Amino acid sequence: MFSVSNLCCSRGEKRLFSGVSFSLQVGEYLHLEGDNGVGKTSLLRLACGLCPLEEGQICWQGQPVSENSDEFRANLAYLGHQLALKEDLTPLENLLSHASIAGRQLSLTDAKAALARLGLRGREHLPVRVLSQGQKRRTALARLVVSTAKLWILDEPFVALDPAAQNALSEVINAHLASQGMVLLTSHQAVSLAGQGRSYRLSA
Amino acid sequence: MSAFVAIVKRDLTLALRRKNEVITSVFFFVVVAALFPLGIGPEMNTLRLVAPGILWVGALLASMLSLSRMFATDYADGTLEQMALSPNSLSLLVAAKILAHWLLSGLPLVLLAPILGLQFDLSANALWVLTLSLLLGTPVLSLIGAVGAALTLGVRGGDVLLSLLVLPLYVPALVFGAGAVQAEISGLGASAHLSVLAALVLVAAVFSPWASAASLRIALES
Amino acid sequence: MIQKLFFYASPQNFYPLAGKLWPVFACLATGLTVWGLWLGMFVAPTDFQQGQGYRIIFVHVPASWMSMVIYLAMAFWALLGLTFNTRLSGMMTKALAPTGAICAFLSLWTGALWGKPMWGTWWVWDARLTSELILFFLYLGHIALTSAIDDPRRADKAGGILALVGALNVPVIYFSVKWWNTLHQGASVSLTKGSSMAQVMLEAMLIMGIAFWMYAVAMALYRVRSIILVRERHTQWVAELPEVKAQMTKNTAGGANA
Repeated sequence: MFSVSNLCCSRGEKRLFSGVSFSLQVGEYLHLEGDNGVGKTSLLRLACGLCPLEEGQICWQGQPVSENSDEFRANLAYLGHQLALKEDLTPLENLLSHASIAGRQLSLTDAKAALARLGLRGREHLPVRVLSQGQKRRTALARLVVSTAKLWILDEPFVALDPAAQNALSEVINAHLASQGMVLLTSHQAVSLAGQGRSYRLSA
Repeated sequence: MSAFVAIVKRDLTLALRRKNEVITSVFFFVVVAALFPLGIGPEMNTLRLVAPGILWVGALLASMLSLSRMFATDYADGTLEQMALSPNSLSLLVAAKILAHWLLSGLPLVLLAPILGLQFDLSANALWVLTLSLLLGTPVLSLIGAVGAALTLGVRGGDVLLSLLVLPLYVPALVFGAGAVQAEISGLGASAHLSVLAALVLVAAVFSPWASAASLRIALES
Repeated sequence: MIQKLFFYASPQNFYPLAGKLWPVFACLATGLTVWGLWLGMFVAPTDFQQGQGYRIIFVHVPASWMSMVIYLAMAFWALLGLTFNTRLSGMMTKALAPTGAICAFLSLWTGALWGKPMWGTWWVWDARLTSELILFFLYLGHIALTSAIDDPRRADKAGGILALVGALNVPVIYFSVKWWNTLHQGASVSLTKGSSMAQVMLEAMLIMGIAFWMYAVAMALYRVRSIILVRERHTQWVAELPEVKAQMTKNTAGGANA
């Protein structure tokens, strides 16, 4: 369903990696591993389509992404290092506006339920800037709960979360995998999720 | 369409929660309009002659001050990335941002201009043409400025560089905008100037979101 | 033919081609400049109104022409680069920009030098001079933007978009400045007394125009070679160039002696 072949990336003059290929089927997840600075974030951004491809190809549903980019993006949810939260808006407002921008319908009750599922009940109406780092991360993760995207690309999603939140996130990801989803993630910690999982080690 | 509305609504909400940004550019316009007479001298005949130019340059500079903010915060907190990943066309989303920018930085100048024009003893007709010329001209400034803001995102010395890039491109709007008011004052009629301004708005509205979106994608690559 | 063009689109193949071509253009430029200046300074008759001082138009007008032609060339390379994503296009744009800026500056400076003896002021807000000034700002903006961005690929693409936006705006700017100028009939002089020009004067200007063009091409080709060397310095083929090898051995020899 989602496959990349022969990807390469350079940062300035240095070639970070080349010849990267893998694929994801429905219900599978891929854990991208590698040392710091080897290019995991660059690979994820390349997979999303944020960086142009110098070599290789990315395919969604068998077609190159350059041909069906709208459909690909409609089915993609990306969570990077930056949380994409507006500090002066409340978590609820952030969720609702993000859903509209991503072209999705989201009802108020669903948004509240998603925030509650990640332990933010009672904080939906506070501006994000007064929340703790962990709570901000959970707000960003709530976007995944309400997303209808099939492919999730997550860059270090477990960082800055306490054990309870980590469990909640694992549960969310497992539910996604169980309902025909795919996940591509990086994490320095060991990843224990249900569903078919592989790991891919990125090296220079 | 709802994405467009969502972005405008979001930007307006954010600006209204931090009002000082909007007030700064309005205040700048007022101050500039007051500084010129202090520099030129209080002789009313001179001031009446130079008023259209002063007010237009003041509005232009005030509008330019807020340009760097158009995309900078979104770029810093990752919201711009999410917009680029949305299935909605980035040009559409950028057009929404430009509209929000104009509503916050351009429209207040349009509303304030007639009041400042009174300080220069402009006639009622001239004030009307001034307002109209700014109403047509400030969107051009926001649209062209957006391309500059997108090109200089995250670049060292971005603000000054932005001014250098954008000011030459502002010249047509300035010439026809201030020229419209001068034509009205000298009895020649401003309709030709205003028509050209209207044409500039239309052309900029078509090209600028697309050029800005292309520039934003380039900025997001790194 | 298209194959050949794409062959030269690679910096590695373009480098030797540019190396062979630039001396040719430099010689043409020198020859034509000598001829054009001889025609302009000695053969063309003294202008009945402006005396000898008018002869500066043989530098001023070609410089103005070239400043506009070079900007169009930059926009052309930018379009090519953005469409085909070739590295060389960005390098050519970067190579052309300084020459264009110099031509624009020269045009402004010679315009001022002409203005002082003719109208008594160092500057006049003539439509063409003012447009030239704005074009100069556009050049400076382009050079500033491409120098401020660290990543060369991003700098090329951003510069490309700026060059295209600028090129589309230049006619609009020129038209608006012309409009602005005619409505403010202050000094009603034009830099070229439009009406009838002696045949020889026109000839001299055209020859100088072509001379400037040859110079611009020579400079661009010469400069792009340096840019290629810098950008591609980590590649094998650059390391194997005789001039690079010679420089490296000179460096190591000097280091050993020091």
